[in-house]
Amino acid sequence: MTLAKDKVGIICCSGEDFPEGTISRVATRLVLEKLRPDETVTLCLPLFLAGGEDERAFARVFPTIAVDGCGKKCAESGTRKFSGKPVATIVVSEIMKKYPKLKAKSRERLDTEEMELAMKVAEEIAEKVDEILCKKVTK
Amino acid sequence: MKKHTVVVIPCSGIGKSLGTVGRVATYKVTDRLRPKETRTVCLALLTAGESEALKLVRENPCIAVDGCTAQCSKKNIEASKGNLVHSITVTDVLRENRGLKPEGVIELNAQGNKLAEIIAVTIAKKTDEILEKEK
Repeated sequence: MTLAKDKVGIICCSGEDFPEGTISRVATRLVLEKLRPDETVTLCLPLFLAGGEDERAFARVFPTIAVDGCGKKCAESGTRKFSGKPVATIVVSEIMKKYPKLKAKSRERLDTEEMELAMKVAEEIAEKVDEILCKKVTK
Repeated sequence: MKKHTVVVIPCSGIGKSLGTVGRVATYKVTDRLRPKETRTVCLALLTAGESEALKLVRENPCIAVDGCTAQCSKKNIEASKGNLVHSITVTDVLRENRGLKPEGVIELNAQGNKLAEIIAVTIAKKTDEILEKEK
């Protein structure tokens, strides 16, 4: 992992047991690949938790956003424990309340409706990225 | 004798497609190949020390499915004092199947899916072996 200036680290839970974990993962990749490719990097949460020093160093120095599937907030608590409090936390199950028609059903492959939900989550992450980088510039 | 469920835990590494291969292989086993004999658990929840997740991995045989040689799933199961009985690393399986070029993290390409299928069959066979020994 290369440390770069003005990047925001996005750490998602990727929760394996629930569809919301898959939404957190896909939303994170949508930000990285499509919405804010130049402003973001992702950190592998299991590597981070297993002692990946590059990941932990990045999260100590650069702002991070935790993306959690549910209220247990494993990505947020893991980041806080090993590096410092994330600047923002996005919880998929909370965002879903705003879009009651969009359901998370599959853990493996997202259908069109689930991809739409993932994009809604991705847009909220991207908004936070902009807020964070804007604050850095104006400081 | 108490019947166990085999707990299959992928690393879900998000930086490269190999993490997705491990994750998809896991769902092929838990949702289709051996739905009654296996389940998964959130690795991050386990690492956070949640009591139910810890109990699950300590009382049942676990198979770690890792994307790369960092073996984060294996290490985190061991750190949780889980009953790790087998570990699979996607890069090892890829070495035996050099023709396959897995790509994609959001969605795997066909070759990535093929690799996931190969790994899923291996996990299913291992599950049968583990549960057979308990009989």
